[in-house]
Amino acid sequence: MEKFSQVRGAAAPLLLDNVNTDQITPVVFMRSLEPDYEKALFGRWRLAASEAEPFVLDRPHFKRAPILVAGANFGCGSAREVAVWALVAHGIRCIVARSFSEVFRESTLKNGVLPICLGVADQSAFEQKVVAVDGQAAFEVDLVAQTITCPDGTVFSFAMAHNERAALLEGLDDVALTLRHRALIDAREAQIAIEQPWLQSVRS
Amino acid sequence: MKADPNHGATLFDKIWARHAVTQEDGKTLLYIDRVVVDDVRASQVLKNMERRGLAIRRPDLAVVVQDHSVPSFATNGVLGGSAFLDATRVAARRHGLRLFDVGEAEQGISHVVMPELGLALPGSTYVCVDSHSPTVGGAGALGLACGSTELEHVLATQTMWVRKPRQIRIRLDGELAAGLSAKDVILHVLGEVGLETARGAAIEFAGTMIDSLSVEERLTICNMAVELGARTALVAPDEVTFAWLASRRFAPQADVWRQALGAWEVLRSDDEARFDADIAIDCRGLEPQITWGTTPAQVMPITGRVPDMADASRAGVTYMGLDPGERLIGRKIDRVFIGSCTNARLSDLESAAQVLAGRKVAAGVKAVVVPGSRGVAREAEARGLRDIFLAAGFLWGEPGCSMCAGGGGETVAAGERIVSTTNRNFEGRQGTGVRTHLASPATAAAAAVRGEICDPRPFMQGG
Repeated sequence: MEKFSQVRGAAAPLLLDNVNTDQITPVVFMRSLEPDYEKALFGRWRLAASEAEPFVLDRPHFKRAPILVAGANFGCGSAREVAVWALVAHGIRCIVARSFSEVFRESTLKNGVLPICLGVADQSAFEQKVVAVDGQAAFEVDLVAQTITCPDGTVFSFAMAHNERAALLEGLDDVALTLRHRALIDAREAQIAIEQPWLQSVRS
Repeated sequence: MKADPNHGATLFDKIWARHAVTQEDGKTLLYIDRVVVDDVRASQVLKNMERRGLAIRRPDLAVVVQDHSVPSFATNGVLGGSAFLDATRVAARRHGLRLFDVGEAEQGISHVVMPELGLALPGSTYVCVDSHSPTVGGAGALGLACGSTELEHVLATQTMWVRKPRQIRIRLDGELAAGLSAKDVILHVLGEVGLETARGAAIEFAGTMIDSLSVEERLTICNMAVELGARTALVAPDEVTFAWLASRRFAPQADVWRQALGAWEVLRSDDEARFDADIAIDCRGLEPQITWGTTPAQVMPITGRVPDMADASRAGVTYMGLDPGERLIGRKIDRVFIGSCTNARLSDLESAAQVLAGRKVAAGVKAVVVPGSRGVAREAEARGLRDIFLAAGFLWGEPGCSMCAGGGGETVAAGERIVSTTNRNFEGRQGTGVRTHLASPATAAAAAVRGEICDPRPFMQGG
């Protein structure tokens, strides 16, 4: 998995609640086994936007923005991981949101993308700075220090579970990590075979 | 693992405890009893596993299902010819996984097929790489959704790391009046609870309304708990569940069945069990429900008026081409779709057929019904339901997800208005600019007949 330690660059504001994965990656852009993820990202919104008022990620300062700032319940709806792949294809490495859909958040972690929730008060203050800066200066996200540093020097701290942080910092393989518990998995599996002998092979 | 005698255990706690392997840093490693891979993700997931050198730990417990990409009609080419379906076949064969393929007896939408075949059983854990996995909670199985990379982990280890969710009990009391269905109940719940309260939670649905529902109806309720943002949803298995499961293809038989019943009968929340929140919703006097906006929580009684919103919700009204304060009854429609993992089971088709018997789809309306599985289709044909749909002028499609996510089925033009029995009315979900009203199969069927949104109840009387 891709490692994450620091990222520095523009923070693009998409301050809407309940942005769902059908909006992030519409099915119509996903009809191929190897879709163009970059083109798919917010595909409908980008097509519908005008040259005079382009979609936020198409504005010159945000074309390479590594940080996306979102509202509540970001990534809700379909469990499709392509939504994360499309964000990665655009260069997004960190999403700061009021909250995430749980399945979407898990998918960001699997792809070396850092999901941050700052808490209500900090998030509002941070959003204001992002809007005020408007892509004219860089924000820095540091997972080692667990901080976001704004262009004016303001620092916001964020919380992160130890294991999630370690996996991102070191790019650890999730399966290898789990298989450290192989003996416990074997034991549980044996127990379940006794408790639920009716779990049939679907191949029979 | 024994429940704490001081405060009892919830149904969710009991299933969780039996499957917990270990805990670390706020997450529990859960053993997964059944894994489902759909055709959108199968070839990619299995290819990635090869690249990573990962073997499937229990291929006997995994199923590959063709559902999202199945063309509903053969008119645009040979059925089953899409790249996704072909790649899925190749991948399943290569890894020795059981495939429910297009045209085969067991094929259908994963969340319809798995309970129907007795593959999602009470007290078991079920993971599918699709958000509507919690549907199986209607049969007492703990369903969890995940992304594709997570699914690689599940297939390789037969486990998944899950943060134990908050637990919410939603008590639904009342009885379904004639013409009403589980879809109306869960849409009403969405309107009452909204998108915030249950986000990430494990919901147990209980109460006299739930007790009175069939398993198929409970599957509909748990299916749309996903729209509340729930991580999973459950209904305690009871006599209704056991009677429904008995003799299903992969359900336990004879002595093992009796042993299973013994284990399943204790799968209920203890009286002293505590939930993080208890929500009671009175469903007495419930009217048929229909959505007016672009989230499933933007819903109202069919006889109501589109609310006058001052906030961001107004965007939903605008997208839908509606005016605040207008009545939906009488709004012309272009399309009707009856199907999806929400409403494509036999009882859904029966309810729609009751409206359609002896009636015709209105001129200018294109109406499509897609059974949730081959099993449903066979039974519907045997009971004459297919004939009723065809006589009314509906198109009868091949089992699959079809028009729910604008895939595998029909293309709908921008600006067209559709009454759909699916679970998501998101902007563009059924096609760019398509305006989706979520409703029950009866409401959808009545709209097809009238050519406009209408109250289905007059159609059902003396049905």
